[in-house]
Amino acid sequence: MNNGVHNILMVGVGGQGIILASDILTLTAMFSGYDAKKSEIHGMSQRGGSVFSHIRFGDKVYSPTIPEGEAHILFSLEEMETLRWLSYANPESLIITLRTQIKPVMVEHYPSGIEEELRKRSSKVRFLEPAELRENIDNNKFFNVALLGVLSEHIDLPEESWRQAIEKRVPKGSFDGNWKAFQTGKKYS
Amino acid sequence: MDKLLLSGNEAIALGAFEAGVRVGTGYPGTPSTEILEHLTTFPDVYTEWSVNEKVALEVAIGAAISGSRSLVTMKHVGLNVAADPLFTASYIGVKAGLVIACADDPNMHSSQNEQDNRNYAFAAKVPMVEPSDSQEAKDFTAIAFEISEVYDTPVILRSTTRISHSMSVVIPAQDSVRKNGDSTVFERNIKKYVMIPSYARMRHVVVEERMRRLEQDVNNLDINRIEMGDKALGIITSGISYQYVKEMYPDASFLKLGMVYPLPEVLIRDFFSKVERVFIVEELDPFIELRVKAMGLEVEGKKYFSLTGELNPDAVGKPLSALGYKGNGKDKDELKTVMELPPRPPSLCPGCPHRAVFKALHKLGLTVTGDIGCYTLGALPPFTSMDTCVDMGASITLSQGIEIAEGRDREKHTVAILGDSTFAHSGLTGLLNAAYNNRNSLIIVLDNGTTAMTGMQPNPLSGQRINGDETVVLDYQKLGEAVGIENDHIVIVDAYKPDEIEETITNLVRKDGLSLLVIKGLCVILRRKRERRS
Repeated sequence: MNNGVHNILMVGVGGQGIILASDILTLTAMFSGYDAKKSEIHGMSQRGGSVFSHIRFGDKVYSPTIPEGEAHILFSLEEMETLRWLSYANPESLIITLRTQIKPVMVEHYPSGIEEELRKRSSKVRFLEPAELRENIDNNKFFNVALLGVLSEHIDLPEESWRQAIEKRVPKGSFDGNWKAFQTGKKYS
Repeated sequence: MDKLLLSGNEAIALGAFEAGVRVGTGYPGTPSTEILEHLTTFPDVYTEWSVNEKVALEVAIGAAISGSRSLVTMKHVGLNVAADPLFTASYIGVKAGLVIACADDPNMHSSQNEQDNRNYAFAAKVPMVEPSDSQEAKDFTAIAFEISEVYDTPVILRSTTRISHSMSVVIPAQDSVRKNGDSTVFERNIKKYVMIPSYARMRHVVVEERMRRLEQDVNNLDINRIEMGDKALGIITSGISYQYVKEMYPDASFLKLGMVYPLPEVLIRDFFSKVERVFIVEELDPFIELRVKAMGLEVEGKKYFSLTGELNPDAVGKPLSALGYKGNGKDKDELKTVMELPPRPPSLCPGCPHRAVFKALHKLGLTVTGDIGCYTLGALPPFTSMDTCVDMGASITLSQGIEIAEGRDREKHTVAILGDSTFAHSGLTGLLNAAYNNRNSLIIVLDNGTTAMTGMQPNPLSGQRINGDETVVLDYQKLGEAVGIENDHIVIVDAYKPDEIEETITNLVRKDGLSLLVIKGLCVILRRKRERRS
């Protein structure tokens, strides 16, 4: 599908901060002059459940959700969730996943072989090491904004729009720390 | 004017504010809750969490017939509770606009059924508008207020989860029609506002005339529009479904309906004359399809699109492409995995003070009639200690039916369990019924000080109003005594003392007569939030 719309699917587990991160990305797209939409679900199924946010931007966006196989980037904060949402990616999609495992409540052992399976299905998987990233930021609260810094290197949106969006969405007084974390993320490779 | 990125719910609130709304009422319910929460952030608007949806609508009717534009918010099943006033509000009409913003939940992301509330517009004979994104959510709210006043009728604004909880770009109005400060007045008009049979008969005629007038006028309403494209494929659609079809078939011809009831027959016939084949794409019931078929027109819809769950771009694109319509086809295959992954079912939060109650109930092996809200999660492992869940307040009443059917009046096997907000919403009448009819059951209220599942809204047991103002708190002891429960059959315990919980339940189950047990423990999420603030 080539309608000039950029599709990013962010996934993870309830409590990981997906909603704030996707808010910032969508605002960045809007501040850059694009039509932008995002879709997520709040409510019962999110109590400790699987959380997702579809972010789309371009000249004109219709559906707030991404058709399957159409995500340009699958950005995941949890390994098993990366695999769960794989059908939204295609062989060209960039898959960025945090090396983090969160065990579902009723499961005894976290499933093994996730990384092998991901690498088997796609040649464009990139793992992020949370410890490395955390080492270089002042406060763990800024971690997700640091992740957005990593993501920003793969999305063509001006830095000024990112700055504006972060300023609008993070708590007052925490902008400087968040902005530093964003820059740390940008340099992470 | 600066562009805003708003959820559908925030946009409805902004639209109401711009339209000069003075009163907002509602009861929390996913996916509608944020409408009223957002409206509370605007100046010069009175807002309240009402005790339930029926109360919310009645308060709003009173304000509207006194000349104040009023917005009522609720989820789809909330309109069942408010259906009683709705059907007669349709007869008495309004003075200032009355808009009911009601959010359906196709796919039941957070609901007990997926009823299609468009059927209420037909049944109650009120117009219904349905936006397709946040901009329309804002604009249609203002239009709904106008229609309400021009046609002297309540108007329902129907949203769905994907409209309410998706965010899109909104351009706010340059200037709003707000006129603030002055209070408005109720003027006596007995034949219009007192629905005794003789006056109601007259009003019913007025209602039918109004709907006939609307049926004509909606053909010229801007929010119903034809977008001509390829004549081979004609689509009639509304709401979120419009976006899905537009995504997959941007070049098709569309009749996009902003008002889904009543339908614009002249416009529909005009559309049929312009295109070769027409499909109706709508979520849930064949609401538009049946009505278009009744016009004698040949149309297809539910033959290809599911009656259950949500639609999405793929659910719309696959059947149409199988019929040979070339749309925005995919040039790459999606990735697939064969690995089986364990699901992540929702669960009671770690640290939830009421987990201990479900552990105790599981251990005691009682039949538990449950209710709506967080505590429904007691039905899932590891607790599996809930046997029924139907609707708000039904825990108390279903247990009465079970007791009657089983005929056990000396030994209690059945325990009703519900949260504080649900108890205030519609547990009180059930409690009164149990006392009045000499039932023998145990009712357990789990009081966590808030309406947690929908995101921490205060209620009559919290001591707080929607805006944080302090207010009275219902007294369980006095309430229990007032309905006639014996003093020593009313027990209030601390949720953080699990041993006491099991012992108290065991004792109360053995006692003759109705008992009320309140287990208090502040919601762990709310507690953490408050700790962070202080």
